[in-house]
Amino acid sequence: MFYRLWTLIRKELQSLLREPQTRAILIMPVLIQVVLFPFAATLEVTNASIAIFDEDAGTHSVELTQRFAKASAFSEVQLLQSAQQIEPIIDNQKALLVIRFPQHFSGKLAQGLPTQLDLILDGRNSNSAQIAANYLQQIVKDYQQELLAGRPTTNNSELIIRNWYNPNLDYKWFVVPSLIALITTIGILIVTSLSIAREREQGTLDQLMVSPLATWQIFVGKAVPAQIVALVQASIVLVIGIWAYQIPFAGSLWLFYFTMIIYGFSLVGFGLLISALCSTQQQAFIGVFVFMMPAVLLSGYISPVENMPVWLQDITWINPVRHFTDITKQIYLKDASLDIVWKSVWPLCVIAASTGSAAYWMFRRKIA
Amino acid sequence: MADHAPLLSPRRLSALCVKETRQIIRDPSSWLIAVVIPLLLLFIFGYGINLDSSRLHVGVLIEQQNSDALDFTHTISASPFMQPTISDDRGKLIQMMQAGSIRGIVVVPNDFNQQMDRVGATAPIQVITDGSEPNTANFIQGYMQGVWQVWQQQRAEDRGEVFQPLIEVQARYWFNPAAISQHFIIPGAITIIMTVIGAILTSLVIAREWERGTMEALLSTQVTRTELLLCKLIPYYVLGMLAMLLCMLVAIFILGVPWRGSFMVLFIITSLFLLSTLGMGLLISTLTRNQFNAAQVALNAAFLPAIMLSGFIFQIDSMPAIIRAVTYLIPARYFVSTLQTLFLAGNISVILMVNTLFLIVSAVMFIGLTALTTRRRLD
Repeated sequence: MFYRLWTLIRKELQSLLREPQTRAILIMPVLIQVVLFPFAATLEVTNASIAIFDEDAGTHSVELTQRFAKASAFSEVQLLQSAQQIEPIIDNQKALLVIRFPQHFSGKLAQGLPTQLDLILDGRNSNSAQIAANYLQQIVKDYQQELLAGRPTTNNSELIIRNWYNPNLDYKWFVVPSLIALITTIGILIVTSLSIAREREQGTLDQLMVSPLATWQIFVGKAVPAQIVALVQASIVLVIGIWAYQIPFAGSLWLFYFTMIIYGFSLVGFGLLISALCSTQQQAFIGVFVFMMPAVLLSGYISPVENMPVWLQDITWINPVRHFTDITKQIYLKDASLDIVWKSVWPLCVIAASTGSAAYWMFRRKIA
Repeated sequence: MADHAPLLSPRRLSALCVKETRQIIRDPSSWLIAVVIPLLLLFIFGYGINLDSSRLHVGVLIEQQNSDALDFTHTISASPFMQPTISDDRGKLIQMMQAGSIRGIVVVPNDFNQQMDRVGATAPIQVITDGSEPNTANFIQGYMQGVWQVWQQQRAEDRGEVFQPLIEVQARYWFNPAAISQHFIIPGAITIIMTVIGAILTSLVIAREWERGTMEALLSTQVTRTELLLCKLIPYYVLGMLAMLLCMLVAIFILGVPWRGSFMVLFIITSLFLLSTLGMGLLISTLTRNQFNAAQVALNAAFLPAIMLSGFIFQIDSMPAIIRAVTYLIPARYFVSTLQTLFLAGNISVILMVNTLFLIVSAVMFIGLTALTTRRRLD
């Protein structure tokens, strides 16, 4: 029995790796995404242009301007001559934000009187603008602290900020672990659902069905090559992440691969289910697309799951990609132990069991 | 025969368009791509993709209960942006942060009130953020600074003093005063939907004609190259415009995105964008002539760049110079910028003109390349 299974797995792997087209599909997206995504998919603010309209031109406003210009987030600082220039520069997106120093800014500060600083931000990029505004506020706060040094204060508390798991809040540290989840998703779904659809189109599925192999053996025969492909793809991303992007792997590799295999089974379940519903490759492709797009978009990769409305958060419970992106970050960056990761692992087990058995039932029904 | 065949016969063209339209209407997969996927995507982007954390979950670690520490905790609880979990168990909070159920820990240390009372000392409050979600971590930093400032102000007022920060930063968001991220994400999402329709649907359907040999059958008739291109472009153009109308209605009336631009400008630029994505879809299908390959190429050449490199959520300015240069080749970039501007800012001629120009160039390029490759196959 196991010999039969072994020959089936070998046959699957051979037919998978023989065609150059399929080989390309399994490798190209991995490389493109690993090279492109960490640089492109970033919500960080760097290279932003800002503009400054200084009605004051005193010592303090000039000093602050210089500090803004030195900040790494801003590559270009434009100095405006009149208030009329503010509108076109924001409208035409020549600057993400405009800083306006009011008249007597330095004079008031010199006398120890409170004054204000106006920020005008482009709401078309409100997220970046907000982050840039945070940077500016930090610079202003530090400057204020320096001005106040030595003076008696009514409140001597101090806020100290530390970022754990990713000290510099580098977006690549967030993208690479998530990519492991994304890339294995594509690999597994394509291998399981498209290979069955192709066999059905070519009529070889019927040959498999009449062979002495049981349905579960055919399933295993499809699942094992998919797992192997996913493990190889994930290892490629992991190696590039650790050595090329220099993101330290904090957790346990054993636990990481163990959870990946469970994740693999939950996706195999979905892949088999899609292929049980489709009769042609084109339908299977559209099926994979229709499943994958929401699964990836609602996985927490583009925006955090906790920002969604509660009812939608509940729906994402059936989304395996969501659980595995959580797991990858927990193990890769946070060195989480099994009892923490378990909260995301058991939903994967439930998903794998239910989709797998649903696919099994549908296959049996189609044969009968 | 060829010498008296006109470049374009209206009768043949309309017959071909009717045939093409019937084919679209009868094919369930085109309905799936033209209606179901756009609605699904709009729904996901409208409700699921949100960069603004409404309430951030943070843990507050109070190592010693005292009036100052409790006072600070109350200020955190009162903030509309924070949802604190208060505890004196450091290990428990760290586990919660590892699990991701809180995104930051505020540590009010043991001797906080003693340090507060001592003149000349500083009483540190530590804020630890979960760096595995950098965007959320940035917001925690910002909001905690806000909370801290409010707290200082309140304490000063309690003592009858006036506390005012020396430099008060007043931020105003133009076009989007409440800084709602969905107002710029949804216009971007429409771009992605139109890319799916323009490039993926066309490339799949036309590649199928090549696969089944019906394209060769068409080519062997008197149909001219212009007619052939037009009969593929017109029905899909109409389909795309209908999908655009659907998207606009949902975006404005259901998702409540403000609209400040001109519909005429929108119509012109949408047409140009559709022509360039349709051109791309046609080119892909002509080059691959195989559904499976066409779908793969369309996914990697049209769909992924539209998400990653169009600037709809990930800012182009923040990318390295090489990738920024690549984004100029992607039609979606110009459409995202157009839609964001038209929806939120209105008719800003400089931006719209530049986008129009680039879209004309890309439409001409893709359709021209398709025309060239089609002729080569005919010879």
